[in-house]
Amino acid sequence: MKKMILSAAIGAAALGLASAASAATLDDVKAKGSVTCGVSAGIPGFSNPDDKGEWTGIDVDYCRGIAAAIFGDPSKAKFVPLSSKDRFPALQSGEVDVLTRNTTWTISRDTSLGFNFRTVNYYDGQGFIVKKGLNVKSALELSGAAVCVQTGTTTELNLADYFKTNNLQYNPVVFEKEADATTAYDAGRCDVYTTDQSGLYAIRLKMKNPDENIVLPEVISKEPLGPAVRQGDDKWFDIVTWVHYAMVNAEELGVTSKNVDEMKNSPNPDIKRMLGAEEGTKIGTDLGLSNEWAYNIIKQVGNYGEVFDRTVGPGSPLKIERGLNALWTKGGLQYAPPIR
Amino acid sequence: MAGMALNSDTPTTSKKASSLINDPKARGIFYQVLTLALLVLFVWTVTQNTIHNLQKANIASGFGFLNGRAGFDIGQSMIAYNSDSTYGRALIVGILNTLQVAVIGIITASILGFLIGIARLSRNWLIAKLAEIYVEVFRNIPPLLVIFFWYKGVISALPQARESLELPFSSYLNNRGLFLPKPVFGDGISLVLLALAVGIIATVIMARWAKRRQMRTGQPFHTVLVGLALILGLPILAFLAIGAPLSFDYPVAGRFNLTGGTVVAPEFMSLYLALSFYTAAFIAEIVRAGIRAVPKGQTEAANALGVRGADVTRLIVLPQALRIIIPPLTSQYLNLTKNSSLAVAVGFADVMAVGGTMLNQTGQAVEIVAIWVVIYLSISVTTAVFMNWFNARMALVER
Repeated sequence: MKKMILSAAIGAAALGLASAASAATLDDVKAKGSVTCGVSAGIPGFSNPDDKGEWTGIDVDYCRGIAAAIFGDPSKAKFVPLSSKDRFPALQSGEVDVLTRNTTWTISRDTSLGFNFRTVNYYDGQGFIVKKGLNVKSALELSGAAVCVQTGTTTELNLADYFKTNNLQYNPVVFEKEADATTAYDAGRCDVYTTDQSGLYAIRLKMKNPDENIVLPEVISKEPLGPAVRQGDDKWFDIVTWVHYAMVNAEELGVTSKNVDEMKNSPNPDIKRMLGAEEGTKIGTDLGLSNEWAYNIIKQVGNYGEVFDRTVGPGSPLKIERGLNALWTKGGLQYAPPIR
Repeated sequence: MAGMALNSDTPTTSKKASSLINDPKARGIFYQVLTLALLVLFVWTVTQNTIHNLQKANIASGFGFLNGRAGFDIGQSMIAYNSDSTYGRALIVGILNTLQVAVIGIITASILGFLIGIARLSRNWLIAKLAEIYVEVFRNIPPLLVIFFWYKGVISALPQARESLELPFSSYLNNRGLFLPKPVFGDGISLVLLALAVGIIATVIMARWAKRRQMRTGQPFHTVLVGLALILGLPILAFLAIGAPLSFDYPVAGRFNLTGGTVVAPEFMSLYLALSFYTAAFIAEIVRAGIRAVPKGQTEAANALGVRGADVTRLIVLPQALRIIIPPLTSQYLNLTKNSSLAVAVGFADVMAVGGTMLNQTGQAVEIVAIWVVIYLSISVTTAVFMNWFNARMALVER
């Protein structure tokens, strides 16, 4: 009985908000005048405050896209930095409306956590970074190494599986915060740090001597990173999903933030339909938004290619290739269902 | 309800209803019943609400997940554990790690605290001042800061793995921890453990006999010396008798770090040192207060009766001081145990850290928080019960 009381009290505290928020997130968001997104506390390229305190990154821009679609104003996006441990309770409890926090889509998160995933805004895979001085060329040489890792991530599980499968010994040194884990690696507490490859490149920039660290060639996991919402609110789920698809479709159709105004008069019916310029269109209103929703996203945030380029791609310090994240027409995996 | 309870309680008074309202006893019972009913209602509502909301949010609930495969590794474990073990076992690893740091921390903090507390009463100005500075520094900074101080200190001040500091007895120290030779026991070592058990039992019996004899005849007996001889001597004799089957596994330089031997990880070291040093400051103050609280007249009376110096402290002052020291000491022990949850900050796998990982991998927030509460509550209550028993033993027995 004591256990029940305790769990009940905690549950009440955790879920008191959820009952109010889960029903109609769009109405709540419109009522409070902003959309609240859970982001990571500082991963360059994904969500990281710049020197002026402005949030930047591909996850942040996803959130701005949602704000642009709803309010026609990307500045109506609010960001809550969350540790990997805090992120799920924050979404479950309704503290954030959507989790755009480089979160891997897995079946258990989709089912037992009570979340919904559909879009992948970054296809990633887990890798290792080591000090050059160790002369390690492959992850298979890592037996006996101390590995720094962030707790509560799929990274931690993949790490255990990879070393077990390959019969390698290792000594995990586990931290709750990414910053603590990387600092410990940098200080020599561990030989290896592991996270998603995009994260490794991002973190290398922050190290004392970035050039003394190398990312090993092995990619040991599939990490489809995308936004998560609570189950039970299909309307909100649709909006979050289609923000990404609009950005991908825009790139495919050649619509950018610079030419979007001219494109409104394009003879291509696909483009006109997407931008809400078609006579009597109901696409936007059926989504619960205005017909300008996709136009607003593209005009104010950009298409997927533009966002990728300025946050993690060649236009950013990370300089990550498109790779798996290229459009399907260019050999990648980014594919959006048609807007019609 | 209240009226009925009252009637059965006070059958002799047959007054009118108006006086019942004014009866303080009846009112008292009424308000107690009312409070209890409201509390039950509140708990029931909260429980129902939680269950309802969990179902509505499609979050799986229950404790079944404890039997699932954990899938993650833990750096420090006292029992066999790997990623194929269950979440339940991972939790046990965490509990044992918490207990380990708490028990060793309590022992160290007590020794350190007693020494510093006595040093503060020293007539030597320098020793007293140093002890005072220690107490003032450590009890006025938050424990988390002390932990960081040790952790960053250990990691940044000690050499890298390849330039390990060599210590006596084939031990090494670097920023990955303290590497010690690991004793490897051969056959028949259980005989030594048996001898140890026999030694302890014999000592207890001997101590009882000695006490009874002293009560009867006034003849003292060297209980401590003989006890030590029994507890240490018997196992050593057994060990030599079976041919000293002991070898050592020495740490040697490996590809990345020293391998072999046993390792005291810097995460454990920093947490243990921080908790011990921090709590010792409070214990020192408690000890000083306890000793000061014994009236000077007690010492003077003992001297007047011809009891000698060391015996005055041992037989007169300390037993009385302990009676004052033990209750607040219990609080400090509980604090140390609870502060060990700060291990999360340095990545030591205590029950809080392991539970946090489990929470994240399974998403069972309500269940895990409940487990945490129950575990800390159990540890604290057990400590308190033991200390209360000890206190009762130490309390003044009037004859």
